[in-house]
Amino acid sequence: MNDNKVYVEVIVKFSTEGAMMPIEFIWEDGTKYLIDKVKSKERCASRKAGGTGIMYTVMVDGKECHLYYEFDKWFMERKSA
Amino acid sequence: MTYLPLYKDLKAIYNAYIEKNTRSKKRKGENVERVILHSDANCFYASVEMLYHPEYAGKPLAVGGDPEARHGIVLTANYIAKRSGVKTGMALWQAKQVCPDLIFVPPRMDLYLKFSFMLREIYSEYTNQIEPYGCDEAWLDVTGSSSLKGNGRMIAEEISRRVKKELGITVSIGISWNKIFAKLGSDYKKPDAITEFNKANYQDLIWKLPVSDLLYVGRSTNRTLQKYGIRTIGELARTDPDFLELQLGKMGLVIYSFANGWDDSPVSVEGYQAPIKSIGNSTTTPRDLENDQDVQIILMALAESVAARLRKHCFKCNVVSISIRDNGLFHFTRQRKLQEPTDITDEIMSAAYRLFRENYHWPRPIRSLGIRADDLVMGQVPVQLDLFMNEQRREKQEKLDRAVDDIRRRFGYHSVQRAFMYQDKILSSLDAQGSHTVHPVGYFNGR
Repeated sequence: MNDNKVYVEVIVKFSTEGAMMPIEFIWEDGTKYLIDKVKSKERCASRKAGGTGIMYTVMVDGKECHLYYEFDKWFMERKSA
Repeated sequence: MTYLPLYKDLKAIYNAYIEKNTRSKKRKGENVERVILHSDANCFYASVEMLYHPEYAGKPLAVGGDPEARHGIVLTANYIAKRSGVKTGMALWQAKQVCPDLIFVPPRMDLYLKFSFMLREIYSEYTNQIEPYGCDEAWLDVTGSSSLKGNGRMIAEEISRRVKKELGITVSIGISWNKIFAKLGSDYKKPDAITEFNKANYQDLIWKLPVSDLLYVGRSTNRTLQKYGIRTIGELARTDPDFLELQLGKMGLVIYSFANGWDDSPVSVEGYQAPIKSIGNSTTTPRDLENDQDVQIILMALAESVAARLRKHCFKCNVVSISIRDNGLFHFTRQRKLQEPTDITDEIMSAAYRLFRENYHWPRPIRSLGIRADDLVMGQVPVQLDLFMNEQRREKQEKLDRAVDDIRRRFGYHSVQRAFMYQDKILSSLDAQGSHTVHPVGYFNGR
């Protein structure tokens, strides 16, 4: 079992052109995190979490982290592992 | 046989073709030599599973069929498992014997097809001439994009880097001026490698390879060539083509041309579909078939699938053939010409069952069955009616089949079934059409 992959709930805004922008995500412990800024978006594999998807590099509380959109789900890498 | 005169002076014909193209391209200021890449995803299924299971890093892993459903063979193994002697096609228990630590994961075709699609998305940023060869290999003709994206090696390096970063798997890429040598290049060094065969180095590198490495030199052809002392591709290239033709027929001339690099076949444009020449389905059954009733259930599921696909593509078939493999893995096929072209399920089923009854007398239980519809004609083509066939009844059957197709399209395959199929729910659970997977088309693409 792979513990480094954490599926998260994400609140997303769709533009009128259909572009998808994550606004907020809920970590597995229930804490909500507001996304201050989306810095970039590109397809990228995550060897640590195990999977591939569109990687959103986002700023949360002044820290950079990655959110992956994998086909129809969102996941993040667990930091501590 | 009509092709034979064309091959009589292969080198002259090839040179004339190249000269003609070179002249016209030189006039237009175009690049005169094609740049063909062949990209092959290394241990494709296993690599995808390794990506999704980082906890198995550094361990031997094999993607294997489900032993419960009796598809118990290794589909792909990672390099660690391969080094221990695990080979594609091995039974799961054999693989476990040669590599006791081997980890099996069940196949997830949907996921692999998604990766295959993403690979093609990357390729499509370099060319529209992408010819898939199975779900993990493809030829790309990047001649046109060389001026924008750099030479073949630069494009190959960029594709390789992107696949690794974006998909987390690796590819081996061969570069050459023709498809055959490009494919040899991707097989030459693995994994995660780029090999270029050009006109300056191909004799030193390719001609030393065993002749069995060449596309279309299978076990039987290899045996024939070995018999005459032709062991390397170079030896094949230097053999008299008339002698090869005598021994191997038309294919002798084809592989002779391949060995010399005289291959000008184009890389198909993305989305090209080879003309359909036959439609078939086969299945390994969930349990061994032991009597005629078992066979009827499976044949009916297969006939329904084949006939539905004939109707979907507006074809009728003149020939029905069946393939049988018993549980001792003895395999044979038989075929029969029909009185009239048909796409009616019952007619295909009864032809298949009649073939079965005439040719199989139950020496052993059966492990897998297949039906194929050959000699296809367009569905609307006028046919001479037979005085002794009940055409009214056939028309009714056609209408009935189409109604069933429509119900299944809307509500799913199992929404309407023949009562007959309920005699064995395990066997009749087979959705031959839904589970049908298109396997790699041949190199000749039906041409």
